[in-house]
Amino acid sequence: MATQIVTANRLGDGLVIYLAQGGAWTDRVEDAEIARDEGDATALLARAEAPDQATRVVGPYLMAVIDEAGVPRPASNREIIRALGPSVRTDLGRQALTRASEG
Amino acid sequence: MYRYDEFDRTFVEERVEQFREQVARRLSGEIGEDEFRPLRLMNGLYLQLHAYMLRVAVPYGTLSSQQMRKLAHIARRYDQGYGHFTTRQNIQYNWVKLKEAPDILADLAEVEMHAIQTSGNCIRNVTADHFAGAAADEIEDPRIAAEVVRQWSSLHPEFSFLPRKFKVAVTGAPNDRAAVKVHDIGLQIVRDARGRTGFKVIVGGGLGRTPIIGATIREFLPKRHLLSYLEAILRVYNELGRRDNIYKARIKILVKDLGAEAFARKVEEEWSSLKDQAVDLPDGELRRIESYFAPPAFENLPAVTSGFEAKRFEDRDFARWAQRNVDAHRAPGYAIVTVSLKPEGGVPGDATAEQMEAVADLAAHYSFDEIRVSHEQNLVLPHVRQSDLYAVWQGLVAADLATANVGLISDIIACPGLDYCNLANTRSIPIAQRIGRRFAEIERQHDIGGLKLKISGCINACGHHHIGHIGLLGVDKKGEEFYQITLGGSADENAALGRILGPAFSAETVVDAVETIVDTYVDQRRAAEGFNDTLARIGLDPFKEKLYAPH
Ligand code: SF4
Repeated sequence: MATQIVTANRLGDGLVIYLAQGGAWTDRVEDAEIARDEGDATALLARAEAPDQATRVVGPYLMAVIDEAGVPRPASNREIIRALGPSVRTDLGRQALTRASEG
Repeated sequence: MYRYDEFDRTFVEERVEQFREQVARRLSGEIGEDEFRPLRLMNGLYLQLHAYMLRVAVPYGTLSSQQMRKLAHIARRYDQGYGHFTTRQNIQYNWVKLKEAPDILADLAEVEMHAIQTSGNCIRNVTADHFAGAAADEIEDPRIAAEVVRQWSSLHPEFSFLPRKFKVAVTGAPNDRAAVKVHDIGLQIVRDARGRTGFKVIVGGGLGRTPIIGATIREFLPKRHLLSYLEAILRVYNELGRRDNIYKARIKILVKDLGAEAFARKVEEEWSSLKDQAVDLPDGELRRIESYFAPPAFENLPAVTSGFEAKRFEDRDFARWAQRNVDAHRAPGYAIVTVSLKPEGGVPGDATAEQMEAVADLAAHYSFDEIRVSHEQNLVLPHVRQSDLYAVWQGLVAADLATANVGLISDIIACPGLDYCNLANTRSIPIAQRIGRRFAEIERQHDIGGLKLKISGCINACGHHHIGHIGLLGVDKKGEEFYQITLGGSADENAALGRILGPAFSAETVVDAVETIVDTYVDQRRAAEGFNDTLARIGLDPFKEKLYAPH
């Protein structure tokens, strides 16, 4: 089974978020909690779908990631673009924050 | 009985307040997403990859300067300073916050705009020829019929629950700029032998998974019977259309399955019982709507303006722009200006708030306050005096809106694709940008001549790839972006679907492939022969040989 994390969009502004350790949501994919087997994945998704999450997130789902020494990296083009922002507008989305802090 | 103006205003204002409450209830947790989703979609609010997207209707593509300024304001105040004009003459904002969406709708309502009928299985925003009311070849202004249909469809609750979404387009000219043959219903204004105007009715066209060119089911429908006839079509569709399978639910499948003739007979039968009931608009009401679209007070001008001609001599860049971006107007001494939203390497259809304001200012000064959005993702200043063309061009140059490429290979239609769209397989925009850069030299583009290239990021075909001379469809192959190429499509009065050339090309090789296709065409064409004519004469093989020959 692929290594997975849970992602969703934040209710208030639709921004891409991930379920992190301890149950908080983060906009940094690197901080997402990794599920390494089916049981973990089901439990992770169940947490994201709990009734108390409905006022925070929309449409949580499991996504495949590459586990780079414990750091999850999105595997598909779609998830890479979701994680960064539009590839044609690098001034927008999470990639813009990274660029700003580096520059 | 028809009091649409008041009706519309009250209706829209009520909808905004209703939506404000619904959003508050969603944010507080009183209602969940399952309940809320259809409500937000009814108000044009989608959830895309990165954020909420609001799709705002621009009925039949017509905007005033004031409305355009409001769109700019919304881009700046609530979004990231830009908007995206779509192939359905709408505008989309990509970075909307849920709690601000009702404020945006309230702002829009101030200028009589809204986002209703931009989603769901209803009759969507009616589109029309973007040169409506201005084109030299126009028989009658198609926006009158478009407005009649818009009012009628927004009043009819039973048409809010059709088997699928339903798109209507209207053209008033024999040269079809509204792609009426690829809509659920296409209406073309025609004259009969006695010189009366009416509609040719085309049904069952569409793109997407099953692309079909619409069939003409009536050569001439007297104007006053428009609504009863449309109602007859929709009743037949509502009764027989398939609701069990989303892929088979569009009217095109029904027309195809029944056969156009049998479908037409059913419509005529239905219509015979409807046409003498009070379904059609009373004449007075029709005249009232017609009066909204009365032409502006054109001056009496000579057909050719010497100043304009002189400037064309003096300034090559202006001459090149005038050659591609200016079209003939029905009123002597006037011209239609197309404002290209396809700068080299830009995002097709995107405009910044400042650019929207620049266009609004130019429209206020030089185009009777009128702007149009074209389904080709450009803007139009429909009524410019020829003597003002140079000033308009200079204004556009200053706003970075004067690319002289309308109808050329870099005037690409591209859907948002995987950079924004939740349904996408692949990206579209970066391919458009790379093709634009590859053909950046404007002389080369002018030498190649008119060529329509269209790109979609998935089979839904929002980028109209089937009807491009060259069409690119993004397909995902094991996680890699590939592009299937079709050749020979057309969106005009000779509407045709492109034919698949062969195996798809990777993102790396597809721009080379496009260049090879263009070079082959230029090599093989006779005199000023257009792309599709050359293709019809020589077939696909010469293109295939160049593209797939072992190197
Ligand atoms: S064609 Fe597909 S990818 Fe492009 S905008 Fe439409 S649904 Fe999205």
